[in-house]
Amino acid sequence: MMSRSVKYGITKTLILIALMTGALFAGFPVLWMLSSSFKSNTEIFAYPPSFISDAFTLEAYIAVLTNPEQLRFFFNSYLVSIMVTLFTLVVGILGGYSFSRYDFKFKKSINLIIIGVQAVPPITLMIPYFGLIVALKLYNTYWALILTYMVFTLPYAIIMMTGYFNTLPRDLDEAVLIDGGTSLVALWRVLVPISIPGIVSIGVYTFMLAWNEFLFALTLTKTNDMRTVPVGIQLLMGQHSYEWNQMMAMSVLGSLPVLLLFLIFQRYFIAGMSAGSVKG
Amino acid sequence: MTNISIANTESKNHNWQKTRKKLVPFAYLSPTIALLTVLSLIPIAIVFYYSLMDNVIITRDAPSFVGISNYVDIITDSVFLEALSNTLFLTIVSVVAHLIIGLAFAMLLNTEVISPMTRALFRVVYILPWVFTASIIAILWRLMLNPNGIINYLLMWSNLVSHQIEWLGSREVALYAVTFINIWAGYPFYMVSLLAGLQGISKDLYEAGTIDGASRIQLFRYITLPQLKPIILSLAMLDFIWTTHQFTLIWMTTGGGPIRSTEVLSTFTYKLAFSSYKFSLASANAFIILTLSIVVALFYVRNQKATGE
Repeated sequence: MMSRSVKYGITKTLILIALMTGALFAGFPVLWMLSSSFKSNTEIFAYPPSFISDAFTLEAYIAVLTNPEQLRFFFNSYLVSIMVTLFTLVVGILGGYSFSRYDFKFKKSINLIIIGVQAVPPITLMIPYFGLIVALKLYNTYWALILTYMVFTLPYAIIMMTGYFNTLPRDLDEAVLIDGGTSLVALWRVLVPISIPGIVSIGVYTFMLAWNEFLFALTLTKTNDMRTVPVGIQLLMGQHSYEWNQMMAMSVLGSLPVLLLFLIFQRYFIAGMSAGSVKG
Repeated sequence: MTNISIANTESKNHNWQKTRKKLVPFAYLSPTIALLTVLSLIPIAIVFYYSLMDNVIITRDAPSFVGISNYVDIITDSVFLEALSNTLFLTIVSVVAHLIIGLAFAMLLNTEVISPMTRALFRVVYILPWVFTASIIAILWRLMLNPNGIINYLLMWSNLVSHQIEWLGSREVALYAVTFINIWAGYPFYMVSLLAGLQGISKDLYEAGTIDGASRIQLFRYITLPQLKPIILSLAMLDFIWTTHQFTLIWMTTGGGPIRSTEVLSTFTYKLAFSSYKFSLASANAFIILTLSIVVALFYVRNQKATGE
Protein backbone atom coordinates (compact mmCIF):
# COMPACT_ATOMS: atom_id res chain seq x y z
CA MET A 1 0.00 0.00 0.00
CA MET A 2 1.21 3.45 -0.88
CA SER A 3 1.08 5.97 1.91
CA ARG A 4 -1.26 8.87 1.50
CA SER A 5 1.48 11.45 1.19
CA VAL A 6 3.24 9.54 -1.60
CA LYS A 7 -0.06 9.20 -3.45
CA TYR A 8 -0.70 12.91 -2.96
CA GLY A 9 2.77 13.70 -4.25
CA ILE A 10 2.25 11.61 -7.39
CA THR A 11 -1.12 13.25 -8.08
CA LYS A 12 0.42 16.67 -7.64
CA THR A 13 3.30 15.90 -10.01
CA LEU A 14 0.95 14.50 -12.65
CA ILE A 15 -1.28 17.55 -12.45
CA LEU A 16 1.72 19.87 -12.69
CA ILE A 17 2.95 18.01 -15.79
CA ALA A 18 -0.52 18.32 -17.34
CA LEU A 19 -0.62 22.04 -16.47
CA MET A 20 2.78 22.60 -18.09
CA THR A 21 1.76 20.74 -21.25
CA GLY A 22 -1.36 22.86 -21.49
CA ALA A 23 0.64 26.03 -20.95
CA LEU A 24 2.94 25.04 -23.78
CA PHE A 25 -0.03 24.53 -26.11
CA ALA A 26 -1.58 27.87 -25.13
CA GLY A 27 1.50 29.98 -24.66
CA PHE A 28 4.11 28.78 -27.13
CA PRO A 29 2.61 30.54 -30.21
CA VAL A 30 2.41 33.76 -28.20
CA LEU A 31 6.06 33.47 -27.12
CA TRP A 32 7.00 32.80 -30.72
CA MET A 33 5.20 35.96 -31.81
CA LEU A 34 7.14 37.97 -29.22
CA SER A 35 10.43 36.33 -30.12
CA SER A 36 9.95 36.88 -33.87
CA SER A 37 9.10 40.55 -33.34
CA PHE A 38 12.61 41.07 -31.91
CA LYS A 39 14.40 39.47 -34.86
CA SER A 40 15.58 40.93 -38.09
CA ASN A 41 13.59 39.72 -41.07
CA THR A 42 16.47 37.64 -42.42
CA GLU A 43 16.58 35.67 -39.19
CA ILE A 44 12.90 34.74 -39.13
CA PHE A 45 13.43 31.37 -40.79
CA ALA A 46 17.00 30.87 -39.60
CA TYR A 47 18.08 27.24 -39.24
CA PRO A 48 18.26 26.09 -36.50
CA PRO A 49 15.65 28.50 -35.08
CA SER A 50 16.43 30.33 -31.87
CA PHE A 51 14.12 31.76 -29.28
CA ILE A 52 16.24 34.68 -28.26
CA SER A 53 18.28 35.61 -31.25
CA ASP A 54 21.88 36.77 -30.84
CA ALA A 55 21.03 39.75 -32.98
CA PHE A 56 18.25 40.97 -30.69
CA THR A 57 16.86 44.04 -32.39
CA LEU A 58 14.08 46.58 -32.04
CA GLU A 59 14.16 47.40 -35.74
CA ALA A 60 10.70 45.95 -36.42
CA TYR A 61 9.10 48.08 -33.70
CA ILE A 62 10.95 51.18 -34.84
CA ALA A 63 9.84 50.53 -38.42
CA VAL A 64 6.18 50.23 -37.37
CA LEU A 65 6.21 53.17 -34.97
CA THR A 66 7.92 55.57 -37.38
CA ASN A 67 5.70 54.76 -40.32
CA PRO A 68 2.87 57.36 -40.39
CA GLU A 69 0.63 55.05 -42.41
CA GLN A 70 0.84 52.33 -39.79
CA LEU A 71 0.44 54.74 -36.90
CA ARG A 72 -2.74 55.89 -38.60
CA PHE A 73 -4.10 52.31 -38.41
CA PHE A 74 -3.66 52.45 -34.66
CA PHE A 75 -5.23 55.88 -34.39
CA ASN A 76 -8.23 54.69 -36.43
CA SER A 77 -8.64 51.57 -34.34
CA TYR A 78 -8.53 53.52 -31.06
CA LEU A 79 -10.93 56.17 -32.33
CA VAL A 80 -13.48 53.71 -33.70
CA SER A 81 -13.29 51.34 -30.72
CA ILE A 82 -13.62 54.11 -28.14
CA MET A 83 -16.56 55.71 -29.95
CA VAL A 84 -18.30 52.35 -30.37
CA THR A 85 -17.79 51.64 -26.66
CA LEU A 86 -19.19 55.01 -25.54
CA PHE A 87 -22.21 54.94 -27.85
CA THR A 88 -22.95 51.30 -27.09
CA LEU A 89 -22.87 51.97 -23.35
CA VAL A 90 -25.17 55.02 -23.53
CA VAL A 91 -27.69 53.42 -25.90
CA GLY A 92 -27.42 50.06 -24.11
CA ILE A 93 -28.05 51.60 -20.68
CA LEU A 94 -31.15 53.43 -21.97
CA GLY A 95 -32.41 50.24 -23.63
CA GLY A 96 -31.71 48.08 -20.60
CA TYR A 97 -33.50 50.59 -18.36
CA SER A 98 -36.55 50.47 -20.59
CA PHE A 99 -36.68 46.67 -20.54
CA SER A 100 -36.03 46.41 -16.84
CA ARG A 101 -38.43 49.06 -15.52
CA TYR A 102 -41.32 49.33 -17.96
CA ASP A 103 -44.03 47.15 -19.37
CA PHE A 104 -45.05 48.10 -22.86
CA LYS A 105 -46.61 46.84 -26.05
CA PHE A 106 -44.39 44.63 -28.22
CA LYS A 107 -41.88 44.28 -25.35
CA LYS A 108 -41.51 40.56 -25.97
CA SER A 109 -41.18 40.84 -29.74
CA ILE A 110 -38.63 43.68 -29.53
CA ASN A 111 -36.65 41.66 -27.01
CA LEU A 112 -36.77 38.61 -29.28
CA ILE A 113 -35.51 40.67 -32.23
CA ILE A 114 -32.63 41.99 -30.14
CA ILE A 115 -31.66 38.44 -29.13
CA GLY A 116 -32.12 37.26 -32.71
CA VAL A 117 -29.85 39.94 -34.19
CA GLN A 118 -26.96 38.30 -32.35
CA ALA A 119 -27.41 35.20 -34.47
CA VAL A 120 -27.40 37.06 -37.79
CA PRO A 121 -24.26 36.10 -39.75
CA PRO A 122 -22.15 39.17 -40.60
CA ILE A 123 -21.78 37.87 -44.14
CA THR A 124 -25.58 38.03 -44.61
CA LEU A 125 -25.57 41.76 -43.88
CA MET A 126 -22.50 42.36 -46.03
CA ILE A 127 -24.17 42.39 -49.44
CA PRO A 128 -26.98 44.91 -48.74
CA TYR A 129 -24.68 46.95 -46.46
CA PHE A 130 -22.39 47.95 -49.20
CA GLY A 131 -25.21 49.62 -51.14
CA LEU A 132 -26.86 50.93 -47.99
CA ILE A 133 -23.72 52.57 -46.62
CA VAL A 134 -22.99 54.15 -50.00
CA ALA A 135 -26.60 55.42 -50.18
CA LEU A 136 -26.31 56.91 -46.68
CA LYS A 137 -23.11 58.64 -47.88
CA LEU A 138 -21.11 56.89 -45.17
CA TYR A 139 -18.78 54.80 -47.35
CA ASN A 140 -15.12 55.09 -46.29
CA THR A 141 -15.97 57.06 -43.10
CA TYR A 142 -15.57 56.35 -39.39
CA TRP A 143 -19.35 56.48 -39.01
CA ALA A 144 -19.78 53.51 -41.32
CA LEU A 145 -17.67 51.40 -38.96
CA ILE A 146 -19.04 52.86 -35.72
CA LEU A 147 -22.70 52.33 -36.62
CA THR A 148 -22.04 48.89 -38.10
CA TYR A 149 -20.17 47.64 -35.06
CA MET A 150 -22.99 48.83 -32.82
CA VAL A 151 -25.32 46.37 -34.53
CA PHE A 152 -23.13 43.61 -33.10
CA THR A 153 -22.29 45.14 -29.72
CA LEU A 154 -25.63 46.67 -28.76
CA PRO A 155 -27.73 43.49 -28.33
CA TYR A 156 -25.25 42.05 -25.83
CA ALA A 157 -25.07 45.38 -23.98
CA ILE A 158 -28.86 45.65 -23.70
CA ILE A 159 -29.35 42.06 -22.59
CA MET A 160 -26.62 42.40 -19.95
CA MET A 161 -27.79 45.82 -18.74
CA THR A 162 -31.39 44.55 -18.43
CA GLY A 163 -30.16 41.66 -16.33
CA TYR A 164 -28.06 43.97 -14.19
CA PHE A 165 -30.85 46.49 -13.58
CA ASN A 166 -33.23 43.63 -12.76
CA THR A 167 -31.07 42.77 -9.77
CA LEU A 168 -31.43 46.31 -8.36
CA PRO A 169 -34.54 47.00 -6.22
CA ARG A 170 -37.19 49.24 -7.80
CA ASP A 171 -37.47 51.27 -4.57
CA LEU A 172 -34.22 52.97 -5.54
CA ASP A 173 -35.57 54.75 -8.58
CA GLU A 174 -39.09 55.10 -7.19
CA ALA A 175 -37.69 57.22 -4.36
CA VAL A 176 -36.38 59.67 -6.94
CA LEU A 177 -39.72 59.73 -8.78
CA ILE A 178 -41.63 60.47 -5.56
CA ASP A 179 -39.27 63.38 -4.87
CA GLY A 180 -40.34 64.78 -8.23
CA GLY A 181 -37.33 63.71 -10.28
CA THR A 182 -37.79 62.32 -13.78
CA SER A 183 -37.04 58.74 -14.72
CA LEU A 184 -33.92 59.91 -16.53
CA VAL A 185 -32.60 61.45 -13.31
CA ALA A 186 -33.32 58.21 -11.47
CA LEU A 187 -31.39 56.29 -14.08
CA TRP A 188 -28.42 58.64 -14.30
CA ARG A 189 -28.01 59.59 -10.64
CA VAL A 190 -28.99 56.37 -8.90
CA LEU A 191 -28.89 53.27 -11.11
CA VAL A 192 -25.85 54.01 -13.26
CA PRO A 193 -23.43 54.72 -10.38
CA ILE A 194 -24.21 51.41 -8.66
CA SER A 195 -24.00 49.48 -11.94
CA ILE A 196 -20.38 50.43 -12.68
CA PRO A 197 -19.04 46.83 -12.41
CA GLY A 198 -21.54 45.62 -15.00
CA ILE A 199 -20.94 48.64 -17.22
CA VAL A 200 -17.18 48.07 -17.11
CA SER A 201 -17.48 44.44 -18.16
CA ILE A 202 -19.81 45.35 -21.04
CA GLY A 203 -17.47 48.18 -22.03
CA VAL A 204 -14.42 45.90 -22.16
CA TYR A 205 -16.28 43.32 -24.20
CA THR A 206 -17.53 46.00 -26.62
CA PHE A 207 -14.07 47.48 -27.01
CA MET A 208 -12.66 44.02 -27.78
CA LEU A 209 -15.26 43.31 -30.44
CA ALA A 210 -14.71 46.67 -32.11
CA TRP A 211 -10.91 46.45 -31.90
CA ASN A 212 -10.93 42.99 -33.48
CA GLU A 213 -13.47 43.42 -36.28
CA PHE A 214 -12.17 42.62 -39.76
CA LEU A 215 -14.83 41.85 -42.38
CA PHE A 216 -16.65 45.20 -42.32
CA ALA A 217 -13.47 47.20 -41.82
CA LEU A 218 -12.20 45.54 -44.99
CA THR A 219 -15.33 46.13 -47.05
CA LEU A 220 -16.66 49.50 -45.88
CA THR A 221 -13.40 51.44 -46.09
CA LYS A 222 -11.34 52.03 -49.19
CA THR A 223 -8.39 54.32 -48.56
CA ASN A 224 -5.43 53.39 -46.37
CA ASP A 225 -5.97 56.37 -44.07
CA MET A 226 -9.30 54.81 -42.96
CA ARG A 227 -8.01 51.29 -42.31
CA THR A 228 -7.92 49.74 -38.83
CA VAL A 229 -5.21 47.53 -37.31
CA PRO A 230 -6.60 44.10 -38.34
CA VAL A 231 -6.94 45.22 -41.97
CA GLY A 232 -3.65 47.12 -41.79
CA ILE A 233 -1.82 43.92 -40.86
CA GLN A 234 -3.25 42.25 -43.92
CA LEU A 235 -2.09 45.18 -46.07
CA LEU A 236 1.39 44.84 -44.61
CA MET A 237 1.34 41.25 -45.77
CA GLY A 238 0.54 42.21 -49.33
CA GLN A 239 2.53 45.42 -49.81
CA HIS A 240 5.98 44.38 -48.75
CA SER A 241 7.20 40.94 -49.52
CA TYR A 242 6.50 39.40 -46.14
CA GLU A 243 8.12 41.59 -43.52
CA TRP A 244 7.42 38.93 -40.91
CA ASN A 245 9.21 40.72 -38.09
CA GLN A 246 7.19 43.89 -38.71
CA MET A 247 3.94 41.94 -38.92
CA MET A 248 4.75 40.31 -35.57
CA ALA A 249 5.69 43.66 -34.02
CA MET A 250 2.41 45.10 -35.24
CA SER A 251 0.56 42.06 -33.90
CA VAL A 252 2.14 42.55 -30.47
CA LEU A 253 1.32 46.28 -30.50
CA GLY A 254 -2.16 45.56 -31.84
CA SER A 255 -2.88 43.05 -29.06
CA LEU A 256 -1.56 45.15 -26.18
CA PRO A 257 -4.70 47.28 -25.60
CA VAL A 258 -6.94 44.23 -25.31
CA LEU A 259 -4.38 42.36 -23.20
CA LEU A 260 -4.04 45.28 -20.79
CA LEU A 261 -7.81 45.81 -20.54
CA PHE A 262 -8.17 42.12 -19.94
CA LEU A 263 -5.52 41.93 -17.22
CA ILE A 264 -6.85 45.02 -15.42
CA PHE A 265 -10.50 44.06 -15.54
CA GLN A 266 -10.07 40.29 -15.52
CA ARG A 267 -12.38 39.71 -12.61
CA TYR A 268 -15.29 41.83 -13.88
CA PHE A 269 -14.83 40.58 -17.35
CA ILE A 270 -14.85 36.85 -16.68
CA ALA A 271 -17.86 37.16 -14.41
CA GLY A 272 -19.69 39.20 -17.02
CA MET A 273 -18.80 36.95 -19.93
CA SER A 274 -19.76 33.73 -18.29
CA ALA A 275 -22.98 35.20 -16.90
CA GLY A 276 -23.84 36.52 -20.34
CA SER A 277 -23.14 33.37 -22.25
CA VAL A 278 -24.53 30.92 -19.83
CA LYS A 279 -27.43 32.53 -18.08
CA GLY A 280 -28.41 34.94 -20.87
CA MET B 1 -71.42 74.12 -19.87
CA THR B 2 -68.16 75.38 -18.43
CA ASN B 3 -68.10 72.47 -16.07
CA ILE B 4 -68.35 70.04 -18.90
CA SER B 5 -65.58 71.72 -20.87
CA ILE B 6 -63.30 71.72 -17.84
CA ALA B 7 -64.00 68.06 -17.34
CA ASN B 8 -63.23 67.51 -20.99
CA THR B 9 -59.86 69.26 -20.89
CA GLU B 10 -59.02 67.42 -17.71
CA SER B 11 -59.72 64.06 -19.23
CA LYS B 12 -57.82 65.12 -22.33
CA ASN B 13 -54.87 66.08 -20.13
CA HIS B 14 -55.23 62.80 -18.36
CA ASN B 15 -55.27 60.91 -21.64
CA TRP B 16 -52.25 62.81 -22.87
CA GLN B 17 -50.38 61.98 -19.67
CA LYS B 18 -51.31 58.35 -20.08
CA THR B 19 -50.08 58.28 -23.67
CA ARG B 20 -46.92 60.05 -22.67
CA LYS B 21 -46.29 57.49 -20.01
CA LYS B 22 -46.80 54.76 -22.54
CA LEU B 23 -44.32 56.40 -24.88
CA VAL B 24 -41.51 56.72 -22.32
CA PRO B 25 -40.12 53.17 -22.72
CA PHE B 26 -40.16 53.60 -26.49
CA ALA B 27 -38.27 56.88 -26.17
CA TYR B 28 -35.55 55.07 -24.24
CA LEU B 29 -35.47 52.34 -26.85
CA SER B 30 -35.69 54.63 -29.87
CA PRO B 31 -31.95 54.77 -30.70
CA THR B 32 -31.80 50.97 -30.50
CA ILE B 33 -34.93 50.50 -32.60
CA ALA B 34 -33.71 53.00 -35.21
CA LEU B 35 -30.26 51.44 -35.47
CA LEU B 36 -31.40 47.84 -35.62
CA THR B 37 -34.16 48.64 -38.11
CA VAL B 38 -31.92 50.52 -40.54
CA LEU B 39 -28.82 48.35 -40.20
CA SER B 40 -30.26 44.94 -39.48
CA LEU B 41 -33.91 44.37 -40.35
CA ILE B 42 -33.91 46.38 -43.60
CA PRO B 43 -30.67 44.74 -44.85
CA ILE B 44 -32.15 41.31 -44.15
CA ALA B 45 -35.26 42.27 -46.11
CA ILE B 46 -33.06 43.55 -48.95
CA VAL B 47 -30.98 40.37 -49.01
CA PHE B 48 -34.14 38.29 -49.18
CA TYR B 49 -35.44 40.50 -52.02
CA TYR B 50 -32.14 40.18 -53.93
CA SER B 51 -32.20 36.42 -53.49
CA LEU B 52 -35.51 36.21 -55.38
CA MET B 53 -34.38 38.50 -58.22
CA ASP B 54 -31.92 38.44 -61.06
CA ASN B 55 -29.84 41.38 -62.31
CA VAL B 56 -29.39 43.19 -59.01
CA ILE B 57 -26.85 45.88 -58.05
CA ILE B 58 -24.27 45.93 -60.86
CA THR B 59 -26.31 45.56 -64.01
CA ARG B 60 -27.89 47.61 -66.77
CA ASP B 61 -31.03 45.56 -67.06
CA ALA B 62 -33.90 45.98 -64.68
CA PRO B 63 -34.06 43.39 -61.89
CA SER B 64 -36.45 40.60 -62.71
CA PHE B 65 -38.29 38.27 -60.37
CA VAL B 66 -37.07 34.69 -60.64
CA GLY B 67 -38.59 33.07 -57.56
CA ILE B 68 -36.58 30.29 -55.98
CA SER B 69 -34.36 29.62 -58.97
CA ASN B 70 -31.33 31.24 -57.30
CA TYR B 71 -31.81 28.89 -54.37
CA VAL B 72 -32.04 25.90 -56.70
CA ASP B 73 -28.84 27.03 -58.45
CA ILE B 74 -27.01 27.39 -55.15
CA ILE B 75 -28.13 24.13 -53.59
CA THR B 76 -27.15 22.13 -56.69
CA ASP B 77 -23.79 23.94 -57.04
CA SER B 78 -20.92 21.58 -56.27
CA VAL B 79 -18.85 24.39 -54.72
CA PHE B 80 -21.70 25.17 -52.32
CA LEU B 81 -21.88 21.54 -51.28
CA GLU B 82 -18.11 21.47 -50.78
CA ALA B 83 -18.25 24.69 -48.73
CA LEU B 84 -21.13 23.30 -46.68
CA SER B 85 -19.28 20.09 -45.90
CA ASN B 86 -16.07 22.01 -45.04
CA THR B 87 -18.06 24.33 -42.80
CA LEU B 88 -19.67 21.39 -41.01
CA PHE B 89 -16.31 19.65 -40.58
CA LEU B 90 -14.66 22.80 -39.22
CA THR B 91 -17.61 23.51 -36.93
CA ILE B 92 -18.26 20.06 -35.51
CA VAL B 93 -14.59 19.19 -34.93
CA SER B 94 -13.99 22.64 -33.37
CA VAL B 95 -16.99 22.41 -31.06
CA VAL B 96 -16.02 18.94 -29.82
CA ALA B 97 -12.33 19.83 -29.40
CA HIS B 98 -13.15 23.14 -27.70
CA LEU B 99 -15.33 21.28 -25.27
CA ILE B 100 -12.76 18.61 -24.45
CA ILE B 101 -9.83 21.03 -24.10
CA GLY B 102 -11.93 23.66 -22.31
CA LEU B 103 -13.23 21.12 -19.80
CA ALA B 104 -9.81 19.52 -19.26
CA PHE B 105 -8.17 22.91 -18.61
CA ALA B 106 -11.03 24.06 -16.40
CA MET B 107 -10.72 20.92 -14.28
CA LEU B 108 -6.94 21.31 -14.04
CA LEU B 109 -7.41 24.90 -12.88
CA ASN B 110 -10.01 23.79 -10.38
CA THR B 111 -7.90 21.18 -8.54
CA GLU B 112 -7.15 22.08 -4.96
CA VAL B 113 -3.86 20.19 -4.99
CA ILE B 114 -2.17 23.22 -6.59
CA SER B 115 -1.82 26.52 -4.77
CA PRO B 116 -4.20 29.34 -5.77
CA MET B 117 -1.31 31.57 -6.91
CA THR B 118 0.00 28.94 -9.34
CA ARG B 119 -3.50 28.34 -10.61
CA ALA B 120 -4.06 32.07 -11.21
CA LEU B 121 -0.82 32.22 -13.18
CA PHE B 122 -1.75 29.26 -15.37
CA ARG B 123 -5.22 30.69 -15.86
CA VAL B 124 -3.78 33.82 -17.44
CA VAL B 125 -1.55 31.73 -19.74
CA TYR B 126 -4.47 29.50 -20.74
CA ILE B 127 -6.67 32.48 -21.59
CA LEU B 128 -4.00 34.07 -23.83
CA PRO B 129 -5.32 32.89 -27.23
CA TRP B 130 -8.56 34.73 -26.44
CA VAL B 131 -7.02 38.20 -26.41
CA PHE B 132 -5.73 37.93 -29.99
CA THR B 133 -7.90 38.95 -32.88
CA ALA B 134 -8.55 36.51 -35.72
CA SER B 135 -6.40 38.38 -38.24
CA ILE B 136 -3.42 38.38 -35.86
CA ILE B 137 -3.97 34.70 -35.06
CA ALA B 138 -4.06 33.97 -38.79
CA ILE B 139 -0.73 35.73 -39.43
CA LEU B 140 0.95 34.17 -36.43
CA TRP B 141 0.02 30.67 -37.53
CA ARG B 142 1.03 31.38 -41.11
CA LEU B 143 4.46 32.17 -39.75
CA MET B 144 4.57 29.06 -37.56
CA LEU B 145 3.10 26.71 -40.18
CA ASN B 146 5.31 28.01 -42.97
CA PRO B 147 7.15 25.05 -44.58
CA ASN B 148 10.39 26.53 -43.16
CA GLY B 149 8.67 27.46 -39.90
CA ILE B 150 9.04 26.40 -36.34
CA ILE B 151 6.33 23.71 -36.35
CA ASN B 152 7.95 21.73 -39.16
CA TYR B 153 11.33 22.20 -37.49
CA LEU B 154 10.06 20.81 -34.18
CA LEU B 155 8.26 17.90 -35.86
CA MET B 156 11.33 16.94 -37.88
CA TRP B 157 13.67 17.40 -34.91
CA SER B 158 11.56 14.97 -32.89
CA ASN B 159 11.38 12.61 -35.91
CA LEU B 160 7.59 12.78 -36.10
CA VAL B 161 7.70 13.68 -39.78
CA SER B 162 10.44 13.09 -42.32
CA HIS B 163 9.95 16.06 -44.65
CA GLN B 164 8.59 19.62 -44.59
CA ILE B 165 4.82 19.73 -44.78
CA GLU B 166 2.91 22.49 -46.59
CA TRP B 167 0.35 22.83 -43.82
CA LEU B 168 -1.71 25.60 -45.38
CA GLY B 169 -0.67 25.00 -48.97
CA SER B 170 -1.66 21.42 -49.68
CA ARG B 171 -5.16 20.17 -50.38
CA GLU B 172 -4.76 17.17 -48.12
CA VAL B 173 -4.00 18.92 -44.82
CA ALA B 174 -5.10 22.56 -45.20
CA LEU B 175 -8.57 21.96 -43.74
CA TYR B 176 -7.09 20.12 -40.75
CA ALA B 177 -4.55 22.90 -40.22
CA VAL B 178 -7.22 25.62 -40.32
CA THR B 179 -9.41 23.60 -37.94
CA PHE B 180 -6.48 23.23 -35.55
CA ILE B 181 -5.89 27.00 -35.57
CA ASN B 182 -9.58 27.59 -34.88
CA ILE B 183 -9.44 25.14 -31.97
CA TRP B 184 -6.43 26.95 -30.50
CA ALA B 185 -8.18 30.29 -30.86
CA GLY B 186 -11.53 29.31 -29.38
CA TYR B 187 -11.17 27.03 -26.35
CA PRO B 188 -10.58 29.76 -23.69
CA PHE B 189 -14.19 30.88 -23.90
CA TYR B 190 -15.31 27.37 -22.91
CA MET B 191 -12.66 27.11 -20.24
CA VAL B 192 -13.70 30.32 -18.51
CA SER B 193 -17.41 29.46 -18.52
CA LEU B 194 -16.85 25.85 -17.45
CA LEU B 195 -14.52 26.96 -14.66
CA ALA B 196 -17.27 29.21 -13.34
CA GLY B 197 -19.65 26.26 -13.65
CA LEU B 198 -17.30 23.88 -11.79
CA GLN B 199 -16.91 26.36 -8.96
CA GLY B 200 -20.67 26.50 -8.67
CA ILE B 201 -21.10 22.76 -8.02
CA SER B 202 -21.76 22.09 -4.34
CA LYS B 203 -18.98 20.18 -2.55
CA ASP B 204 -21.62 18.21 -0.62
CA LEU B 205 -22.45 16.33 -3.81
CA TYR B 206 -18.89 15.06 -4.14
CA GLU B 207 -18.68 14.23 -0.43
CA ALA B 208 -21.89 12.24 -0.60
CA GLY B 209 -20.59 10.45 -3.69
CA THR B 210 -17.28 9.60 -2.03
CA ILE B 211 -19.04 8.22 1.05
CA ASP B 212 -21.09 6.01 -1.24
CA GLY B 213 -17.79 4.64 -2.54
CA ALA B 214 -17.85 6.22 -6.01
CA SER B 215 -14.57 6.29 -7.95
CA ARG B 216 -13.21 9.50 -9.48
CA ILE B 217 -14.46 8.52 -12.89
CA GLN B 218 -17.90 7.82 -11.45
CA LEU B 219 -17.91 11.19 -9.67
CA PHE B 220 -17.10 12.84 -13.00
CA ARG B 221 -19.66 10.82 -14.92
CA TYR B 222 -22.55 11.09 -12.45
CA ILE B 223 -21.96 14.47 -10.75
CA THR B 224 -19.70 16.80 -12.75
CA LEU B 225 -21.10 16.17 -16.23
CA PRO B 226 -24.82 16.34 -15.33
CA GLN B 227 -24.21 19.54 -13.32
CA LEU B 228 -22.39 21.17 -16.24
CA LYS B 229 -24.85 19.98 -18.88
CA PRO B 230 -26.81 23.26 -19.27
CA ILE B 231 -23.60 25.28 -19.63
CA ILE B 232 -22.15 22.78 -22.08
CA LEU B 233 -25.30 22.91 -24.23
CA SER B 234 -25.30 26.72 -24.29
CA LEU B 235 -21.61 26.91 -25.15
CA ALA B 236 -21.88 24.31 -27.89
CA MET B 237 -24.79 26.08 -29.56
CA LEU B 238 -23.19 29.54 -29.38
CA ASP B 239 -19.94 28.12 -30.69
CA PHE B 240 -21.77 26.31 -33.47
CA ILE B 241 -23.33 29.59 -34.61
CA TRP B 242 -20.06 31.53 -34.35
CA THR B 243 -17.92 28.94 -36.12
CA THR B 244 -20.32 28.64 -39.04
CA HIS B 245 -19.88 32.43 -39.41
CA GLN B 246 -16.08 32.24 -39.30
CA PHE B 247 -14.62 34.36 -42.09
CA THR B 248 -11.47 36.24 -41.04
CA LEU B 249 -9.43 33.23 -39.97
CA ILE B 250 -10.05 31.32 -43.21
CA TRP B 251 -9.74 34.41 -45.38
CA MET B 252 -6.37 35.35 -43.98
CA THR B 253 -4.80 31.90 -43.74
CA THR B 254 -5.84 30.17 -46.96
CA GLY B 255 -8.47 32.39 -48.57
CA GLY B 256 -10.54 29.23 -49.02
CA GLY B 257 -7.85 27.43 -51.01
CA PRO B 258 -5.89 25.65 -52.17
CA ILE B 259 -8.50 24.79 -54.83
CA ARG B 260 -11.49 25.23 -52.52
CA SER B 261 -10.18 22.70 -50.00
CA THR B 262 -10.90 25.12 -47.11
CA GLU B 263 -13.79 27.02 -48.72
CA VAL B 264 -16.49 27.66 -46.11
CA LEU B 265 -19.94 29.17 -46.54
CA SER B 266 -18.86 32.71 -45.63
CA THR B 267 -15.79 32.83 -47.88
CA PHE B 268 -17.87 31.31 -50.69
CA THR B 269 -20.53 34.02 -50.25
CA TYR B 270 -17.92 36.77 -50.12
CA LYS B 271 -16.30 35.57 -53.35
CA LEU B 272 -19.65 35.19 -55.12
CA ALA B 273 -20.49 38.79 -54.24
CA PHE B 274 -17.24 40.71 -54.34
CA SER B 275 -15.10 38.70 -56.79
CA SER B 276 -17.64 37.33 -59.28
CA TYR B 277 -20.31 40.03 -58.69
CA LYS B 278 -23.04 37.39 -58.67
CA PHE B 279 -25.04 39.30 -56.09
CA SER B 280 -28.30 37.36 -56.53
CA LEU B 281 -26.65 34.01 -55.95
CA ALA B 282 -24.59 35.44 -53.08
CA SER B 283 -27.80 36.77 -51.51
CA ALA B 284 -29.52 33.40 -51.79
CA ASN B 285 -26.48 31.81 -50.17
CA ALA B 286 -26.39 34.46 -47.44
CA PHE B 287 -30.06 33.87 -46.71
CA ILE B 288 -29.49 30.12 -46.41
CA ILE B 289 -26.74 30.76 -43.83
CA LEU B 290 -29.06 33.12 -41.97
CA THR B 291 -31.83 30.50 -41.86
CA LEU B 292 -29.45 27.83 -40.54
CA SER B 293 -28.21 30.22 -37.82
CA ILE B 294 -31.71 31.23 -36.78
CA VAL B 295 -32.73 27.57 -36.44
CA VAL B 296 -29.78 26.88 -34.13
CA ALA B 297 -30.47 30.13 -32.25
CA LEU B 298 -34.07 29.06 -31.62
CA PHE B 299 -32.79 25.86 -30.00
CA TYR B 300 -30.47 28.04 -27.94
CA VAL B 301 -33.29 30.30 -26.74
CA ARG B 302 -35.43 27.27 -25.91
CA ASN B 303 -32.57 25.72 -23.96
CA GLN B 304 -32.00 29.01 -22.09
CA LYS B 305 -35.68 29.13 -21.12
CA ALA B 306 -35.71 25.53 -20.00
CA THR B 307 -32.66 25.90 -17.76
CA GLY B 308 -32.90 29.55 -16.78
CA GLU B 309 -36.17 29.49 -14.86
